[in-house]
Amino acid sequence: MPVAASAIYFLNLRGDVLINRLYRDDVGGNMVDAFRTHIMQTKELGTCPVRQIGGCSFFYMRISNVYIVIVVSSNANVACAFKFVVEAVALFKSYFGGAFDEDAIRNNFVLIYELLDEIMDFGYPQNLSPEILKLYITQEGVRSPFSSKPTDKPVPNATLQVTGAVGWRREGLNYKKNEVFLDIVESVNLLMSSKGSVLRCDVTGKILMKCFLSGMPDLKLGLNDKIGLEKESQLKSRPTKSGKTIELDDVTFHQCVNLTRFNSEKTVSFVPPDGEFELMKYRITEGVNLPFRVLPTIKELGRTRMEVNVKVKSVFGAKMFALGVVIKIPVPKQTAKTSFQVTSGRAKYNAAIDCLVWKIRKFPGQTEPTMSAEVELISTMTEKKSWTRPPIQMEFQVPMFTASGLRVRFLKVWEKSGYNTVEWVRYITKAGSYEIRC
Amino acid sequence: MSGHDSKYFSTTKKGEIPELKEELNSQYKDKRKDAVKKVIAAMTVGKDVSSLFTDVVNCMQTENLELKKLVYLYLINYAKSQPDLAILAVNTFVKDSQDPNPLIRALAVRTMGCIRVDKITEYLCDPLQRCLKDDDPYVRKTASICVAKLYDINAELVEDRGFLESLKDLISDNNPMVVANAVAALAEIQENSNRPIFEITGHTLSKLLTALNECTEWGQVFILDALSKYKAADAREAENIVERVTPRLQHANCAVVLSAVKMILQQMELITSTDVVRNLCKKMAPPLVTLLSAEPEIQYVALRNINLIVQRRPTILAHEIKVFFCKYNDPIYVKMEKLEIMIKLASDRNIDQVLLEFKEYATEVDVDFVRKAVRAIGRCAIKLERAAERCISVLLELIKIKVNYVVQEAIIVIKDIFRRYPNTYESIIATLCESLDTLDEPEAKASMIWIIGEYAERIDNADELLESFLESFPEEPAQVQLQLLTATVKLFLKKPTEGPQQMIQVVLNNATVETDNPDLRDRAYIYWRLLSTDPEAAKDVVLAEKPVISDDSNQLDSSLLDELLANIATLSSVYHKPPEAFVTRVKTTAQRTEEEDYPDGSETGNSESPAYGADTGASPPTSSSSVPYAASRQPAPAAAAPAPAPAPAAPVPDLLGDLIGLDNSAIVPVDQPTEPAGPPLPVLLPAATGQGLQISAQLTRRDGQIFYSMSFENNSQIPLDGFMIQFNKNSFGLAAAGPLQVPQLQPGTSARTLLPMVLFQNIAPGPPNTLLQVAVKNSQQPVWYFNDKISLLVLFSEDGRMERGNFLETWRSIPDSNEVSKDFPGIVVNSVESTLDRLAASNMFFIAKRKHANQDVLYISAKIPRGIPFLIELTTVIGIPGVKCAVKTPSPEMAPLFFEGIENLLMG
Repeated sequence: MPVAASAIYFLNLRGDVLINRLYRDDVGGNMVDAFRTHIMQTKELGTCPVRQIGGCSFFYMRISNVYIVIVVSSNANVACAFKFVVEAVALFKSYFGGAFDEDAIRNNFVLIYELLDEIMDFGYPQNLSPEILKLYITQEGVRSPFSSKPTDKPVPNATLQVTGAVGWRREGLNYKKNEVFLDIVESVNLLMSSKGSVLRCDVTGKILMKCFLSGMPDLKLGLNDKIGLEKESQLKSRPTKSGKTIELDDVTFHQCVNLTRFNSEKTVSFVPPDGEFELMKYRITEGVNLPFRVLPTIKELGRTRMEVNVKVKSVFGAKMFALGVVIKIPVPKQTAKTSFQVTSGRAKYNAAIDCLVWKIRKFPGQTEPTMSAEVELISTMTEKKSWTRPPIQMEFQVPMFTASGLRVRFLKVWEKSGYNTVEWVRYITKAGSYEIRC
Repeated sequence: MSGHDSKYFSTTKKGEIPELKEELNSQYKDKRKDAVKKVIAAMTVGKDVSSLFTDVVNCMQTENLELKKLVYLYLINYAKSQPDLAILAVNTFVKDSQDPNPLIRALAVRTMGCIRVDKITEYLCDPLQRCLKDDDPYVRKTASICVAKLYDINAELVEDRGFLESLKDLISDNNPMVVANAVAALAEIQENSNRPIFEITGHTLSKLLTALNECTEWGQVFILDALSKYKAADAREAENIVERVTPRLQHANCAVVLSAVKMILQQMELITSTDVVRNLCKKMAPPLVTLLSAEPEIQYVALRNINLIVQRRPTILAHEIKVFFCKYNDPIYVKMEKLEIMIKLASDRNIDQVLLEFKEYATEVDVDFVRKAVRAIGRCAIKLERAAERCISVLLELIKIKVNYVVQEAIIVIKDIFRRYPNTYESIIATLCESLDTLDEPEAKASMIWIIGEYAERIDNADELLESFLESFPEEPAQVQLQLLTATVKLFLKKPTEGPQQMIQVVLNNATVETDNPDLRDRAYIYWRLLSTDPEAAKDVVLAEKPVISDDSNQLDSSLLDELLANIATLSSVYHKPPEAFVTRVKTTAQRTEEEDYPDGSETGNSESPAYGADTGASPPTSSSSVPYAASRQPAPAAAAPAPAPAPAAPVPDLLGDLIGLDNSAIVPVDQPTEPAGPPLPVLLPAATGQGLQISAQLTRRDGQIFYSMSFENNSQIPLDGFMIQFNKNSFGLAAAGPLQVPQLQPGTSARTLLPMVLFQNIAPGPPNTLLQVAVKNSQQPVWYFNDKISLLVLFSEDGRMERGNFLETWRSIPDSNEVSKDFPGIVVNSVESTLDRLAASNMFFIAKRKHANQDVLYISAKIPRGIPFLIELTTVIGIPGVKCAVKTPSPEMAPLFFEGIENLLMG
């Protein structure tokens, strides 16, 4: 059964109900008490996001300082339920301009009630596209041209657009200047063993799009992925231009992309929503260009002293640079004193997270700064267990670099009025979970 | 831009309710609106504002949509507690449902459906009827769901008013969202009804698959979930469906992906081409892996499902084990599930890498996770013979770290490894013994003691080691006591010297006189008795060879797995339990149909799963009873214990009477099983598979003739006639002796018939089996196939009685090699008479009875057509579970069939 929820609760960290909505009669209104006593007030919290208590099941997620709890008593679709929560939060954020937390909920509770009534009916998720909902749900939480008078009639056609085949774009948009912004954002995930061999490594990328286009445009996106290029050359029966091609392990698309067409022709064609959205996500495991190599040597000298040497090599082009590089090197809890030497950036000891934190604001390509630190430990007799070393973690951003090698080859915009479009493309690679065991 | 609603939560010191009442009745619109917001705010924080009902409802008549919605919200919450006042709102609802604004029409119908008050429901029907045919798709999509709401309140009303038909029409609506909601509503109604309401035909299927392309993401989920119940007619159709569903795997919504995976897996069962299957497996892997980059909660759902998927189709993710490596910051529930899948995917090819990972995890901080990692190493050792040695060396390295809980966990798994590979790795025992005094957990202690007892002859100071535990015997948990008892007996049998002899006396004394635990006492008495009567026999029993255990990581029962896979993405697939096990809500159906495939067995299978639900880290329940040896943790069925049959606590008086002076009154009476009272025929073709036609049937014997007793039930909506039947070749050549006589079946009626049968018509070659394949057709539906079982008992003829002399003669004339016997440990014979009566009713005739010690031995004869005799010997102790059945016949290949039959008969 694709039912996702019988009731939904928004609780603060103390367990007070901020908002609740019952969609079905099969769970009692007081089930949230069970959640409070059996999950929130025990150490079970955080051990498993799907729990059964009595005849009911609870799915919960924590988002900033709010717990969102879904209660069901049937064999509900859990995947649907969690995805619904994720999308609903995105919707609320879009309505109240960014933050989603306890205060935002209290300040917009009327709006949230109204949205909850609209986006789910009898436990079945309905249309959650912010773009469309904003056409006719216009509380004061959002400044919209339609909310000027309380008795305002909703936009004609709103209902057709909610339910239409292009349920994510409204008609009649008009921009003086037609522009599209593409942001290719990649996260590199790395798990490296202490001996320097790559245990797992992948890139998850997303293509974010910002569209300011008039009318109902059809868009087509071309990437340098192998399968797409092969298919293209097949169709046009001419050889592919030489150049680096990459192999995408998997792609997922925003609901605006025609999947059947992607499956048969390997082209990404779509009618985009207006404004900002995530067009696609992709994953690559082969041929990943790691932007950084980390070479740590950590020596424990007796029970009270440690020597930490870390060298970080940037392996991208010399003309490029990384921003906001942070390297966190874990040290034991009983660290007493530290001293550092760095060839670039700044390092200090952060006792709250038991790490040496080395920050380099601007990190050019093809360089290899080093840090060496001496750590003095308080010797404790009670620590019988030897220290287990958590991995070194790294954060960074490298603009104009893609770890996967992905490039946008073209973005074609076609609209019946035949206007010209300006396209902007940016690339950036960030650290996902970039871990080096030591 | 943020709102400022929080001010509505602040309260004044003055009495709140009267103040609100005043404001609600204010002449100013804005003040009224603010007042309603305050009421809703109060309702949210749990204050009872139901006393304001009339005042709030008075605000309902408004042009302001925002205010109207708030009032409706209030109504949904309080109408049930004020049913009489709720009626005040009806007029507005009805009026709103005809408003020119479609949003208001839809809002009215949506809200009315949420108010579960009978009086309101009555008024809902007319607006609903109109809205289902509304010009505006937004209203229609809302009305579709409303039908499901109404069905939940009053199913009869929905059927009487023809809403189901309107709903079915909406499947062909030109608006995709209306179609999706109609499908969702119909699927839900079908789930709660026992009549076929929403049957997916090839035509609907194709229409819905086309609609998929245009639906919202959620609509796609509704449609895929509904279609996953569709059974394709053949491989070609299945391939077609799959081809149209695979593009969904690229969807960004995880629910769409999982529902598509569910549907593909269902259809794959029918696809015969290995190429197609391989290709599909290849296509499903990347989207499944991608799910692991979603939010951790979604990852958890995905992992629980992947756990099921790799059990059925291990190849899908065989090369992807790396993606299940745990990240340091993964939440614990994600790590636990990843670990479980890593064990399942571990193979000779990747084991080195996997072991390195496990070793890494074993040094992390979270104790539960560390334990599970250690246990995982043991499970890999048991699963992969060629890697066992490497696993053991990793375990030894971990033991050397001397972290207490790591050592204990390692010892527990090493015990299992010893059971799996006897006489291979005992050289490490010395290392294990070094950690002896650090053990403080019962399970680890019990495991270590088991190892000492089992290998007493190789451990020089085994007696000293065991003795060190003896002092604290009375304080130890039961699990440890049982192990100490058994280990000491083993030690004594292996080294019958003075030291062990003293120890055994201490232990037996402690375990009999000094204890209140019946399991311990019973086991101790049995050992005592064995040792005092025949030490050699004791050796045979206690030191018997144990069967090899196997890996438990793929242990979901195949039929349960089928059901769980059909429920991918739902709670059922997360809990690894069939829906009936946790959904308490009762269906409106009187009969059970499909669920009967999984009666009781599935639930037990499931509770044993170590991966179950939230308990992932905890140990499975320890069964201290009835299983000697520390077998409770062992993956293999532990019934292999050498001590006498896993005995319930009823002692045998004349065996132990002299020891403990028990009299017969201590025998625990077992309830007399009630005589079966003409059980209803088993359902062979459930209505769900037979498009509404349900067939129940069973072979019976009457007056020397075999009949096929059948019952037909027409749950479809058309009359059925022209029934014909055909039996496939079977071991006994059973076939219909005449035409099937079933009158025309009107919808909702049923008919019973007795079809005479003949034997030896169309005999299937090969060893005999009980399979009876039946095909039934009628003029309206396709041919239905189902399987039945032939019980040998119906074949026993009336002339099976033998004279004593004849019996003896026949017994001698049949060579001993033709004698087959089988034990039924679970069967109790409480009365010889009633058993004999029951046997006689099936043409099994009593010849003689004798007593052997306290056992009764019965001799029985029976005969199947063509004069093949069955000479039967039943041995049992009255009132004690356990029946031994030996049978001698010229056709010993029939013996398994016979045992099956007699077991059913004796079970009653």
